Amino acid sequence: MIIDYIGVKEIKGSLIVIDGVLGVSYEEVVGIRLENGTVRQGRVVQIEGDRIVVQVFEGTKELSLENTRTRLKGHPMEMKLSPEVLGRVFDGAGRPIDDLGEIFPEKKMNINGTPINPVARVYPKNYINTGISTIDTLSTLIRGQKLPIFSGSGMKHNELAVQIARQAKISSEEGENFAIVFAAMGVKNDVAEYFRRSFEESGVLQRVVMFLNLSNDPVIERTLTPRCALTVAEYLAFELDMHILVIMTDMTSYAEALREFSSSKGEIPGRKGYPGYLYSDLASLYERAGMIKGKKGSVTQIPILTMPNDDITHPVPDLTGYITEGQIVLDRSLAGEGIYPPVSILPSLSRLMKDGIGEKYTREDHSPLANQLFASYAKVMEARSLASVIGEEELSEDDKKLLEFGKQFESRFVNQSFNEDRPITKSLELGWELLSLLPRKDLDRIDDSILDKYYRSLDTATKDDDSDNK
Amino acid sequence: MKNQNVIYGINGPVVTIKDTSSFSMLEMVYVGNDKLVGEVIGITEEFTTIQVYEETTGLKPNEPVEGTGSQMTVTLGPGIIDNIFDGIQRPLRSIEEISGAFISRGASVSPLDTNKTWDVTIKVKLGEKLSPGDIYAQCPETSIITHKCMVPPNVGGEVVGVNKSGKYKINDTIVVVKDENGVEHNLTLCQRWPIRTPRPVKRRLATTIPLITGQRVIDTLFPISKGGAAAVPGGFGAGKTMTQHQLAKWCDADIIVYVGCGERGNEMSQVLNEFSELIDPKSGKPMTQRTVLIANTSNMPVAAREASIYTGITLAEYYRDMGYHVAIMADSTSRWAEALREISGRLEEMPAEEGFPAYLPSRLSEFYERAGLVENINNTDGSVTIIGAVSPQGSDFSEPVTQNTKRFTRCFWALDKSLAYERHYPAINWMQSYSEYFTDLDPWFTKNIGENFVRYRKKINAILHEENKLMEIVKLIGSDVLPDDQKLIIEIARVIRVGFLQQNAFHADDTFVPLEKQELMMKVILHLENKARQLISASIPISRIIERGLFDKLTKMKYDVPNNNLEKFNDYIKEIDEAFEDIIKS
Repeated sequence: MIIDYIGVKEIKGSLIVIDGVLGVSYEEVVGIRLENGTVRQGRVVQIEGDRIVVQVFEGTKELSLENTRTRLKGHPMEMKLSPEVLGRVFDGAGRPIDDLGEIFPEKKMNINGTPINPVARVYPKNYINTGISTIDTLSTLIRGQKLPIFSGSGMKHNELAVQIARQAKISSEEGENFAIVFAAMGVKNDVAEYFRRSFEESGVLQRVVMFLNLSNDPVIERTLTPRCALTVAEYLAFELDMHILVIMTDMTSYAEALREFSSSKGEIPGRKGYPGYLYSDLASLYERAGMIKGKKGSVTQIPILTMPNDDITHPVPDLTGYITEGQIVLDRSLAGEGIYPPVSILPSLSRLMKDGIGEKYTREDHSPLANQLFASYAKVMEARSLASVIGEEELSEDDKKLLEFGKQFESRFVNQSFNEDRPITKSLELGWELLSLLPRKDLDRIDDSILDKYYRSLDTATKDDDSDNK
Repeated sequence: MKNQNVIYGINGPVVTIKDTSSFSMLEMVYVGNDKLVGEVIGITEEFTTIQVYEETTGLKPNEPVEGTGSQMTVTLGPGIIDNIFDGIQRPLRSIEEISGAFISRGASVSPLDTNKTWDVTIKVKLGEKLSPGDIYAQCPETSIITHKCMVPPNVGGEVVGVNKSGKYKINDTIVVVKDENGVEHNLTLCQRWPIRTPRPVKRRLATTIPLITGQRVIDTLFPISKGGAAAVPGGFGAGKTMTQHQLAKWCDADIIVYVGCGERGNEMSQVLNEFSELIDPKSGKPMTQRTVLIANTSNMPVAAREASIYTGITLAEYYRDMGYHVAIMADSTSRWAEALREISGRLEEMPAEEGFPAYLPSRLSEFYERAGLVENINNTDGSVTIIGAVSPQGSDFSEPVTQNTKRFTRCFWALDKSLAYERHYPAINWMQSYSEYFTDLDPWFTKNIGENFVRYRKKINAILHEENKLMEIVKLIGSDVLPDDQKLIIEIARVIRVGFLQQNAFHADDTFVPLEKQELMMKVILHLENKARQLISASIPISRIIERGLFDKLTKMKYDVPNNNLEKFNDYIKEIDEAFEDIIKS
């Protein structure tokens, strides 16, 4: 028996309240038909006896207390899935918008997913060669990892994401089984278009699933977009054995949509008005990355978020950093100097890196070299702040060398062209070349055996050798 | 069906029932047709409020709610060690067998394997009088842990029935006792205990034994006692989890309870992997043989995250009662506090600071007070040491969870982002951290390691503080202008920072360093400092000492001296002496 509930009791922001509802289940989907024939979708977010609160994804514009007919759909939000989803474009709520018709579903899955049992996870170890020195050498991306890009408006995070997607594909042995799921939340139309064009140019468009909730699309729908995208990603990875790279941009817009929903529901806000459950909510997205025992596929996530006012302690980057396995932070002053990609070395980090590099995967010297580059670059920062106080001339010889190292490190190592796919060995060699600008005695993070093998003595080194021999 | 209680309202993990008086506070209940596990957290005349430990999607009003008559309990018996549980003690490996790689709802599995047989040795005879806590049987639980079956704290009396030693399952009755009232109690291999109630002890002892971790900055500068409580706060990427893992691997507790509370799934799989490959140096057996994991990752239901901390500490107390030293790592208590906040928000309670409920401090203190070195009710000694990670929002240590944790722990290991940026690990900031256990522990160090240990530590500490002051000047005008004796402080502090405090977790020798080696390292460093100071006061320029390369050599001695060949440190002393004689002569 299908019942239409006529009218609503209350409208508040994106929420409507309906009385006298029977047989409803929590998180059930409802269809709301307006008098003019348009249908909107909603979800039950609270039940109190026979009164329900429904979140309307398209917003409550034009709704009145009388002009609606609401129908329960009998199931939670689901995504229709089949191998045909590859190459398709959907809106933020998972409905096709590319005029190619409905998906004929082989399977329907709840977009909220279910948590992966920790004992069923495979600890990710296969590194992905992105061809970008700063990432490959210093914060290596691992298959099955979630590694966000922390950026700010006006910086080239989109280019970086495109470059990673493009180059990671080429180096993959199982290139055949590679696909990209792209979720846009509240981004501008031209950003979405840029991604589409870039995928097209690199010839992978048939292997991309796009979810577009642009900045002028309904805000509340945005809370569904990453869930739909990840459901597709999980389906492709764990049912069809594909390696999936999920790019989600912009997570800050997502969090803002969540805040809007939460405040209209009258919930007690946490920091900066974001709901207290923002951490759990973000985790329910990010934790859907990974690999599972006995399955060939993997889900790797690169969420992109813009830090409001470049503030890394803002709740969205802060909570994201606590969930994801590292972060790549972009820096405005590097970007200002024209360095691409403007990766801020010191706060960037990959937690899974330590087990995915070294002799078995990349090269024996990778880990000590990376450590030394971090340590030396940290000293560069100290020397720079000293130089800004007392002037460069007054610096000690060692500090001057550091400044030179810092300059070359940024212009040669960090900086590379958008089209350059730099092999890992070349990046490592470059790292050693730069370290050779520094006296050997200052390289305190590297074992002597490694130093003997890779450190090339320049004029500075001869002096040190003398003092050792004395 | 008049007495049936049914669901009235649903809001996230919070479910309400109308017009009932049949439930008691903190009672465990089964909610809905899928029998989701829940707990009663509020009762008013009109509504009973329940928090549900599983996803509530699809739950409907008018589905039944059943009471169990008891509080949330854990099952205590052999089979806990080397297992991995979720926040309410459901074994994740069994759940995987039932529902595959993804966790389905309402999975009903026994916490411990009920079919496995254990090799039980009975320790009591017919007619013997048993008091609460007495050990009546034992069995080898893993290759290194002997499980002792103890009379539950609320039972006692005369043994009126006893089985022979042999093979039993956990629910088999092996001993029957008759209490004063003539009631017979069947004792099996296991017992149940409510997670929110601390297990009783006879008395608390002074915490005078250190928990040796093999991490130099902790053992030397900020030691923790067995039975102590420590907080490890740090922003993301500062190395909280790394520090927790290092402690779980190397600290000298008998048993480790590792609670992954609202953290990453991949981290738990890393722990599972690493610990099964790592060999415990003391026993020569895999680390998993002494470890219990509780994994409630960040995407698992939030209410179970709140319970996971209590589940962990209850398991720890149970093994303490057997006379073991147990260390519990809680990573991270902030996620637990956030779970409290989330539930509190759903209950529409009046928030205190930053939206956290007003009872946050009392909950934190209840938890940390369950640590302690105690005399158990069966007269054995045991301890529970709590090491709780804190993830402050925005890396700001003034937020409520960090501040309140500080009040209830006596050890504070502050992780520092700027040290982590330099890849200085463990990134424990020596200026902000502290330990209040010194006075309790100093006699132990003096007696067991040597009388110089405490003196060396004080000296090292003084140098680091002195350096911190000098760095303020150096930041403004550079180090070249400092007089030589101050330059010496800077140089020697660098040796201490890089050569001593920094420790490489991936280096075979450096990942765990015995106290003897820690002492000798300090001795060599301070010997160099002492000698250099003598020369400088004799107006010999410091550059002549530095060019000998001794400072650089000492920063690498942690790698160059193997843990099993500590005599090598004598060579360093000799080399320093010879070098300085040489300088004086020339």
